[in-house]
Amino acid sequence: MKVYTETVVHSAPAAYVNEAPYQIAIVTRDDGSRVTGRILGDRVSIDEKVELAETRNGVPYFRKADQ
Amino acid sequence: MRPVAVIGLGKTPFGAFPDRDLRSLAVEAGRKCLENGHVRASQVEAFYLGNFAGPAFVGQNHLAPYIGQGLGLEGIPATRFEAACASGGAAFFHAWAAVAAGIYDVVLVAGVEKMTSQATPRVAEILASAGDVSGEMKAGATFPALFAMIARRHMHDFGTRREDLAAVAVKNHANGARNPYAHMRKIITLEQALAGKPVADPLTVYDCSLVSDGAAAVLLAPLERAAEFTARPVRIAAVAQTSDRFALDEKEDITTFPAVKRAAEQAYKMAGVGPREIEFAELHDCFTIAEIVALEDLGFAPRGQGGRYTSEGCTLPTGPLPVNASGGLKAKGHPVGATGVGQICDVALQIRGEAGEMQLPRHELGLAENLGGSGASAVVTILRAA
Repeated sequence: MKVYTETVVHSAPAAYVNEAPYQIAIVTRDDGSRVTGRILGDRVSIDEKVELAETRNGVPYFRKADQ
Repeated sequence: MRPVAVIGLGKTPFGAFPDRDLRSLAVEAGRKCLENGHVRASQVEAFYLGNFAGPAFVGQNHLAPYIGQGLGLEGIPATRFEAACASGGAAFFHAWAAVAAGIYDVVLVAGVEKMTSQATPRVAEILASAGDVSGEMKAGATFPALFAMIARRHMHDFGTRREDLAAVAVKNHANGARNPYAHMRKIITLEQALAGKPVADPLTVYDCSLVSDGAAAVLLAPLERAAEFTARPVRIAAVAQTSDRFALDEKEDITTFPAVKRAAEQAYKMAGVGPREIEFAELHDCFTIAEIVALEDLGFAPRGQGGRYTSEGCTLPTGPLPVNASGGLKAKGHPVGATGVGQICDVALQIRGEAGEMQLPRHELGLAENLGGSGASAVVTILRAA
């Protein structure tokens, strides 16, 4: 799985104000489909490999994959 | 279908008006429009209202008859249209279709939004409801975040630079300073635009349109009857509304808006013109990257080159294709439901030669592009001197 695009959100909606700044990304899965999720730990860039860390409340949380 | 003309225009200033409510803004724009078109309320046969989120922003629903009553419209069909940021354009499209089909002769279209009574995080949440709340928004996206992700990918794929985004903001702020109805009449420098407070990387506050209150209205009538109402009718050469995949992660390529491309193809065909013949445009710069992508999707700039086209000065009022001479959503303001109707007003003002300090040298054939959500709705309109 790799990062298709990403951003760090500084100005968050009411429900996530306490978590900002946080990074979200659209991740391309190995089957070519995409999903929007959060990034845990180190920031990631386009084309970097990520892996699924966990799923919370239906939202996938990814982290940078071990190279 | 019969040709349709815009026979009247009316707008409120866009801005933050703590002592004005939604109805009073819409009624002001509607009254000005009726006066401008020399139409009595009793002559209006149908009322089309563009509004994105009145129920969430101010707690009022059933808005079209609520505003219609304030305008003295009695007994006629009055309906609200919602297509996120393209709500105004959608109302305009359906009003045009009804007049073109011969169902009505004189119809009033208005757009309104009252946004500034809510705090910024709540505004972000309401705007986010135009995205997929069970997917991208649940993950913590906001509208700036969605367009930031579009910008990142556009920069990655085409080499678009941070300075190109800033050039859109600098131009639109300079234009807005000449617009007495603009929310922010403040000239900014490239350095300021680059050093703005971050909102969603790489976008800063200077890349984002404004949270505004405001309303706009236009009157439509068959072209053959236009002379009864105005000496300066503006012909609707074409208007097309389209839709596309909803969430960004459902799109194959997020650096283009297929809905805009599709609407543009239909509109160019209907008007019998191509992008090279368009003399000026009002584009949906909800974020600076959106103007850059629109330049490409509408055929004004080659694919991937919208940023460079902007930085080279092509979209300045003195350039070959002036874009957002009004200041755009960036400086004029973006009261969501009013925006699409306001764009029609601004293009028509140019064609009528009534744009004051904003008046462009070539102003006979103009285009407006109104985008909803992150591209799930689009309306493209081409107006020309009648």
